[in-house]
Amino acid sequence: MSPELVGYITTFVLAAFVGIEVISKVPTILHTPLMSGSNAIHGIIFVGALSVTSASHGTVQLWLGLLAVVLATINVVGGFVVTDRMLEMFKPRRPAEEKR
Amino acid sequence: MLATSGLTLDEGVSLLYLLASVLFILGLKQLSSPKGARRGNTTAAIGMLIAIVTSLTEIHPSAGKIVLMIVAVIIGTLFGAVLARRVKMTAMPQMVAAFNGVGGGAAALVSIGEYTRLVSSSSHGVVLAISVVFSVVVGSMSFAGSAIAFAKLQEMMTGIPITYAGQQLVNGIVLAAIVVLSIVIIGFSSSIMILTILLIISLVLGVAFVLPIGGADMPVVISLLNAFTGLAVAASGFALGNTVLIVGGTLVGASGTLLTKMMSDAMGRSLSNVLFAAVGKVTESAGAGGAIGQDQSVRSGTPDDIGVLLAYSQKVIIVPGYGLAVAQAQHVVRELADLLEAKGVDVKYAIHPVAGRMPGHMNVLLAEADVKYDQLKEMDEINDEFKLADVALIVGANDVVNPAAKTDPGSPIYGMPILNAEDAKNIVFLKRSMRPGFAGIDNQLMFDPKTIMLFGDAKDSLTKLVAAVKAS
Repeated sequence: MSPELVGYITTFVLAAFVGIEVISKVPTILHTPLMSGSNAIHGIIFVGALSVTSASHGTVQLWLGLLAVVLATINVVGGFVVTDRMLEMFKPRRPAEEKR
Repeated sequence: MLATSGLTLDEGVSLLYLLASVLFILGLKQLSSPKGARRGNTTAAIGMLIAIVTSLTEIHPSAGKIVLMIVAVIIGTLFGAVLARRVKMTAMPQMVAAFNGVGGGAAALVSIGEYTRLVSSSSHGVVLAISVVFSVVVGSMSFAGSAIAFAKLQEMMTGIPITYAGQQLVNGIVLAAIVVLSIVIIGFSSSIMILTILLIISLVLGVAFVLPIGGADMPVVISLLNAFTGLAVAASGFALGNTVLIVGGTLVGASGTLLTKMMSDAMGRSLSNVLFAAVGKVTESAGAGGAIGQDQSVRSGTPDDIGVLLAYSQKVIIVPGYGLAVAQAQHVVRELADLLEAKGVDVKYAIHPVAGRMPGHMNVLLAEADVKYDQLKEMDEINDEFKLADVALIVGANDVVNPAAKTDPGSPIYGMPILNAEDAKNIVFLKRSMRPGFAGIDNQLMFDPKTIMLFGDAKDSLTKLVAAVKAS
């Protein structure tokens, strides 16, 4: 096993524990926004899509990569925007709020 | 700057990826508390921006590819931003499913792309093969499963579980085919053809996995598929040797798995029950305890009767459900509540954890209509108050007040915590028809002597009630 692989496995295991710990106290009303927010985070595959496209040889690899870039962009942009729209609704309301 | 601080470019890149990872973690942390939630989303987005900009220093595409990549990004941004901006609040859940699905698809494509590149240069090992196979299988399942979840929630297909004889056998064969092909690729062959077949069969499994699950359980499924995509992305990270992919993907995979469990807990069900019990299919056993005969009569009232009843109540508890959301009636319901309060009626909203189509969905919709936060009561807070209420006004909800969840062990929703609307002195149902709710189960409460039905679109009915209350 290469040192790089050991490093990756270490990272994977630690990230798994952090992922569980970090959301362990979320209230029910935030389940949907949290799902949506974490949905945006796996849009990080965008970085992989760029890398594969730029290193591609030949048409098939290039188009595979470009399709991945489109899909990953939708994931990132849509994910963050839709989560923000949900959370916009949660802004604290003061009693003296102005209505429309 | 990097040179003067004694860092190589590689080390700088690694540190910036670390920074991005930390921001993802902080973002998730903030997202799980009401106060910091919106900031958390921004924190994670900043992490994403840093990771993307950093990755640009690592790639060296030709000018032609740069143009194509920019075009691809513009297309994706337009799709993503327009869909996310335009989507109605009620359609949020299926939008999340769609964004999740494309992420899974991207992970599968990235892995295939990397595999085809490395196979031709013959510098690949077993770790690459395992990562690629995992990412392709799980990413494709997430893509196809999310598409079905989307179609069910968008009502492009029936929300009722689709089951057929021999289903488990068929699914078993599909799963076995995936295992065999995976072993072939990992151990014996580097055929792109076989990898492509694996991708197609995995899409089939994704569809087969979601078909037998009822529409009401889709949120749990979407959460699970979200975790799937996370793991597929992490596997792509192993294939590409990219730490930030591993961290980002694993964080989502782990937290998504826990979130899925929390969601099914909130529905009082086990995850395996949600995934494999085909809840919502009309069951034979439900006949024994909860059969609803033709002879049972339903009392339906006029808006005027109900308006008077509401206006002269002391305490009214409103139970909003998905019917309210579909009819976009959140503003009218607030108008009615304000009117009643002005007449001295104590008005509260009882929010079931899974009201709407996702946990927290109803809170979002009512907050959009400027309903005061302190009027929104969670189930545990309000359940004891129903017996003090003169009226429980149920607007487009059904399963969340169905007493069968407490009384009928044969019912598919048996064990789900429900709102005790049955304890109120009067029960008013605003419903389109006698049609069963999203889970496909009849509701005995509609036949209760205390119950008055007002049939029609939730918004129309509420508008009529507003007029009636004003007149009384």
